[in-house]
Amino acid sequence: MTKVSMTVNGRAVSAETEGRTLLSAYLREGLRLTGTHVGCDTSQCGACVVHVDGKPVKSCTVFAQDVAGADVRTIEGMANADGSLGVIQQAFQDHHGLQCGFCTPGMVMSAAALLAENPKPTEHEVRHYLEGNICRCTGYHNIVKAVMAASGQDVSALAAE
Amino acid sequence: MHNFDFVKPASIADAVKAMGHDGAQALSGGQTLIPTMKQRLAAPTVLVSLTGISEMKGVCMGEGGLHIGAATPHAVVAAEAGAVYPALAALAAGIGDPAVRSKGTIGGSLANNDPAACYPSAVLASGATVVTNRRKIAADDYFQGMFTTALDEGEIITEVVFPIPQKAAYVKFNQPASRFALTGVFVAKYPGGVRVAVTGASASGVFRWAEAEAALSANFAAGAIAGLTVDASGMIGDLHGTQAYRANLVKVLTGRAVTAAG
Repeated sequence: MTKVSMTVNGRAVSAETEGRTLLSAYLREGLRLTGTHVGCDTSQCGACVVHVDGKPVKSCTVFAQDVAGADVRTIEGMANADGSLGVIQQAFQDHHGLQCGFCTPGMVMSAAALLAENPKPTEHEVRHYLEGNICRCTGYHNIVKAVMAASGQDVSALAAE
Repeated sequence: MHNFDFVKPASIADAVKAMGHDGAQALSGGQTLIPTMKQRLAAPTVLVSLTGISEMKGVCMGEGGLHIGAATPHAVVAAEAGAVYPALAALAAGIGDPAVRSKGTIGGSLANNDPAACYPSAVLASGATVVTNRRKIAADDYFQGMFTTALDEGEIITEVVFPIPQKAAYVKFNQPASRFALTGVFVAKYPGGVRVAVTGASASGVFRWAEAEAALSANFAAGAIAGLTVDASGMIGDLHGTQAYRANLVKVLTGRAVTAAG
């Protein structure tokens, strides 16, 4: 076992790992941060997306030892300091951007990565960016609407088909 | 997944040394290798991460054209190669999805040589040079069939050098679930002639379409290939598309790529 240290949501953390320990397992089992979900475990569904040094990655397809020392942000780091929902989370609630909620952590983290590089995306750009995040409730319209709203754009004309 | 020892060297020399262990396997972005290991189709005893080697990262102009470090993620190529080689940047921007592009690298893609991967078509159509810790390999010698390359045991790709074409474009027909190329065509026009490389279609992996290259070198217009046909016999046929369908896609996408290149 090898102790791996990194910064997660601004906090210095460490946990024991094997070579094969995935970042998703490090977060969920090592740190008990179970907000990061493992859906497919084959890097297709995107439920496990977290940020590593500011970039979105699928944490089920990264080894914990490969990102030792990195600055990681998970869904638990998306709320405001006072515990209230962050802008993107609040928009998902306001616009019913989740049904069962399983994909939501990954959706929020991908949306945050998109808005960091493109603060006012078009609807097409949102849909394109989220193509690696699968919602099996098929609630895409309201997810896209929530991301558009989180970017501060008027979403009243977007249909909730 | 079977367990292994993980090492992350900081230099090419240390990586080469680590690759000398029995059962050692290089790990770049891991976007193919890690799923493969989960299925126990690969079970290295030592995994040598190449992502901590700064001399293998980055995009810059240099002798022979655009130099891209082998451990450079697709997202960085998409963001930084556009000014000098827009078709290559566009190809990188279309691989997988944003999270895959944060991790997956050009060196990993080329070392794996998936028959439906995007990068091999750019490397072959550009007549690029694959640089390893031991030698420089011309693209025409590098690709040797599905998942097969000229790399020797323990050899590590360090960078890829792309001559800059006068015109180029890559057009991919997505397999919508995997976002690999059901078929993809990269067309590049150089002073010495046009090169056309096709990925996703052939059971032998990426290949050059010689008849189209001759026709387009004489007349760089989509209509120049109108009379050509592609032999379907060597194509991949599966539930996503028959051999004939892929053979037709090669021609259609080549025409579209020529038009897109302008």
